[in-house]
Amino acid sequence: MAQQDIIARSATTTVPSSVRQQQEVAKLIDTTKCIGCKACQVACSEWNELRDEVGHNHGTYDNPQDLTAETWTLMRFTEHERDDGNLEWLIRKDGCMHCAEPGCLKACPSPGAIIKHANGIVDFNQDHCIGCGYCITGCPFNIPRISQKDHKAYKCSLCSDRVAVGLEPACVKTCPTGAIVFGSKDEMKVHADERIVDLKSRGFDKAGLYDPDGVGGTHVMYVLHHADTPKLYAGLPDQPVISPLVGLWKGIGKPLGLLAMGAAVLAGFFHYVRVGPQRVEEDEQPAPGDGSVHPVDPSVHVYDPTKPGGQGGPRP
Amino acid sequence: MNDHKPILRYNANERSNHWIVAILFVMAGLSGLALFHPALFWLSHLFGGGPWTRILHPFLGVAMFVFFLGLVLRFWRANFITANDRLWLRRVDRVMRNEEEGVPPIGKYNAGQKLLFWTLLLCMLVLLVSGVVIWRAWFSQYFDIGAIRLATLLHALAAFVLILSIIVHIYAGIWIKGSVGAMLHGSVSRAWARKHHELWYREVTGDKTPGNHGRKEG
Repeated sequence: MAQQDIIARSATTTVPSSVRQQQEVAKLIDTTKCIGCKACQVACSEWNELRDEVGHNHGTYDNPQDLTAETWTLMRFTEHERDDGNLEWLIRKDGCMHCAEPGCLKACPSPGAIIKHANGIVDFNQDHCIGCGYCITGCPFNIPRISQKDHKAYKCSLCSDRVAVGLEPACVKTCPTGAIVFGSKDEMKVHADERIVDLKSRGFDKAGLYDPDGVGGTHVMYVLHHADTPKLYAGLPDQPVISPLVGLWKGIGKPLGLLAMGAAVLAGFFHYVRVGPQRVEEDEQPAPGDGSVHPVDPSVHVYDPTKPGGQGGPRP
Repeated sequence: MNDHKPILRYNANERSNHWIVAILFVMAGLSGLALFHPALFWLSHLFGGGPWTRILHPFLGVAMFVFFLGLVLRFWRANFITANDRLWLRRVDRVMRNEEEGVPPIGKYNAGQKLLFWTLLLCMLVLLVSGVVIWRAWFSQYFDIGAIRLATLLHALAAFVLILSIIVHIYAGIWIKGSVGAMLHGSVSRAWARKHHELWYREVTGDKTPGNHGRKEG
């Protein structure tokens, strides 16, 4: 089926098929309600038919250790000691944030391998993926992973297949505490505001919503008890932006580089047209400017009647 | 003096080495450009599609570097910049206008060729090192994301400078008649050698008479 709701397409400089309008969606993850049960991880692997290899316990509750091509969401556990000496267990469900300005899409060189739907979902199309890993280079959240089986990049799709038919993502459906909710982005912000008021009334002065402006906002948002220091939550970036290095490379560098190369070729052509080639005259016209002396065929001999025999030697 | 016998400028090994590098440059360059700008992604079809372009590009690049080292070992001694080269560079505008007055006689390579040599070497080194860092299949897991981002940018920048340099190099071959022949069949005419590389001509022929053809001064 043709897709008509694509508002951004990787490595594409014309407007993609975007005639359909859709409401922006968002998944809201309330870290303050999360109990770390990992039901969301299981639901994700169930719905998406992902079976990661069984790994090893490295002394934390993080299991598996990291996101992989077959683990698109992962609970990250942080033991945070507060200033008053109390321990806080901060649990964050990690996965693709579905940025409004996706670094992966900006970096991707393959047309259509990464698309952004009108509802805000950033989706990888592995059929067009070439496996270069530029999406990893571009991502401010360290999310995409290249599969060692097929060398394609994978990440959370926000269950775009479910959302397209009016269902919530699998992780949302399964969450037993209501820590993950899904709806329009506006509704989710209202819901987050209510949660933040509640948290502040219970002593979490710095509670807030994580919807970072640096990437144009995200379609996966967090309610954090410590919204002033997102870093506490297993390294969630405080101010995520597409790296300026990536911006230079796939932003201004791309068209300027191409333009300069084209200009160099044209400059050469016009130098040839205006100044012309450098020829070596002697090679073009052998023995130039010396027309008075001609080598003589040695078979032409001089006849000297004064000499005996009449036949002279070769002409001197 | 046998004035019509051509002079050997590049022997068969040197010529083969040069053209192996040239072929690898074209292949590495086209496959790299396919991944650089969407307008050039169609070039990936030349290599069997996007994934094959991604697979082949680094191997082509490494092969290009290895064979380029062969050229470096053959030619680096002839590429030291001298005081004479600085004078040539100051008068490069005359060279560009095909004027010969006041352009100093030069050895095997002029200052432009020498600068090209060192620029290519620098670009190749940057491309190799940065290319290893961003080679996902084998090496990227050993580097942090900051290094990978920097390497990606440097890789594109060095490739850009390299391609521009090679555009200049190819144009110089088209512009200076006789130079492509030197790299194809190896020889140049005596007149060509005198006109473009007079000091080298005197060195290889043992001709001690400076400016014996009376045109440089004219």
